[in-house]
Amino acid sequence: MKESRKILSKIYMVMIMAFFYLPILYTVVFSFNSGRSLTRFDGFSLRWYEKMFSDSNMMKAIFYTIIIALLATAISTVAGTIAAIGLSNCKKLVRGTMEQVNNLPLTNPDIVTAIGLLMFFSMLGLEKGFVTMLLAHVMFCIPYVMLSVMPKLRSLDPNLADAALDLGATPWQALTKVIVPQIMPGIISGALVAFTMSFDDFIISYFVTGNGINNISILVYTMSKRVNPSINALSTLIILIITLVLVLMNVIPMFKEWKEKKEKEKQQEESAAIK
Amino acid sequence: MKQFRRMAYPYIVWSVIMIILPMLLIVMYAFTQKGNDVLTFKVTLDNFIRFFSDPIFIDVLKRSLWVAVLTTVLCLLLGYPVAYIIAQSSGRKKVMLVLLITIPMWINMLVRTYAWVGILQDKGLINTILGFFGIGPISLIYTDFAVVLGMVYNFIPFMILQIYTALSKLDKSYLEAASDLGANKMQSFLNITFPLSLPGVISGITLVFLPAVSSFFIPKMLGGGQYVLIGNVIESQFLTSGNWNFGSAISLIMAVIILISMYITKKLDKTGLNEGGK
Repeated sequence: MKESRKILSKIYMVMIMAFFYLPILYTVVFSFNSGRSLTRFDGFSLRWYEKMFSDSNMMKAIFYTIIIALLATAISTVAGTIAAIGLSNCKKLVRGTMEQVNNLPLTNPDIVTAIGLLMFFSMLGLEKGFVTMLLAHVMFCIPYVMLSVMPKLRSLDPNLADAALDLGATPWQALTKVIVPQIMPGIISGALVAFTMSFDDFIISYFVTGNGINNISILVYTMSKRVNPSINALSTLIILIITLVLVLMNVIPMFKEWKEKKEKEKQQEESAAIK
Repeated sequence: MKQFRRMAYPYIVWSVIMIILPMLLIVMYAFTQKGNDVLTFKVTLDNFIRFFSDPIFIDVLKRSLWVAVLTTVLCLLLGYPVAYIIAQSSGRKKVMLVLLITIPMWINMLVRTYAWVGILQDKGLINTILGFFGIGPISLIYTDFAVVLGMVYNFIPFMILQIYTALSKLDKSYLEAASDLGANKMQSFLNITFPLSLPGVISGITLVFLPAVSSFFIPKMLGGGQYVLIGNVIESQFLTSGNWNFGSAISLIMAVIILISMYITKKLDKTGLNEGGK
């Protein structure tokens, strides 16, 4: 009875994983297809990769995606951290209200945020393009940064900054030498979330951009209307990079742990030898 | 540390301008008519009347709700066992499984959705496999099935991870106590595990229903140009027909529907918890 349940759950997990990874595998395989078809594999070729790298639209989209993600991450990480530190010292009413306001872009459907920004930018008379896209990305990235910095600030000893000030530190020193190092893990994870949110965004970018400034998502969306296997090549590239980063991010801590363990053992051995 | 308080002021100004003002613009546009000057706008309900008096839009609304509800239910039914199995597994295997669930989430949604276009074709992978058994070809792409499949595929990781988080917080001693008191596995699941995982289920439902009801690229890619959900109507009002007032009204209607459904789900959660507590 117990055995059969175990086998059943294993079969189920394998099926779910197949469901998850089949499309990804399919994309990778068909990016090497020599034919144009999305359903028949005609033979191996790197034709679509060549086409991707020589396609200026695709290269431009990749460039804009990365530039906007980097800029939006940098700006929103700094701004979000400053705002979070400021808010954590504000009165409860202000803090609570701002947390609610911050939640709006996170809980609203993206399309609602997108059309709001679209109308707002046009009211200001801003031309749709790089600047509007960057502003929009900063707008939806800051809440994610604050969301990951706020808990770190809350667990910080409130006397820490006061102690630094009493000991003669300027507020700037107290901030950069005491508070920021303490909340660094929150800042880093906030920056990572902001980067991926910006990198993957489609809906908001799609509504607020113009003048030929596209990111990868918009490009895939507009190109998918016709059969175009270079999308598969581009997708494979993204899949490869992301999988690599994720695996490394998970393997490096494991490796570090293993190394530390080894070193500890070594030290113990040495101290034992000395004795 | 009062001197740090000033650091919040720029962001307060920013969020009033960049978050609140755009929301107000949507409301303002929804209640006015095209061609009106912004400064002398006249309040009108015409946009809402136009939506609710047109059977085409009512059909779109009904279909969007139906697709979103179906997607949410399927994600829950398929995702709960996955979360449960992950929560039951131990150590390294658990970490691996969570990683396997998360990796696809990091890959661009459009990229993943586009992959299904090839798989679901009449001569695609699924129909080829079915062909071996002498079935088909069944037309899969550009149907309701394809759209719901695409949505389940994109949104089920949210459901799994939410339920998994709730399940992994569960205090194992409750289950031990239950089995000591003579409960069998089914009883302790129904009376302890499931009620205690409800907060995860609720936030999972929210995270699936919200993007499902407002999605517009999944129906377009997998449902074809003729397949219209409420998100597609909003998109076309803003990007092709340029009627921002009507588009704003539709998104306001959508937002209200989302709020109502969130409210109902929360209510259900409370009654569910109370029963669990009895």
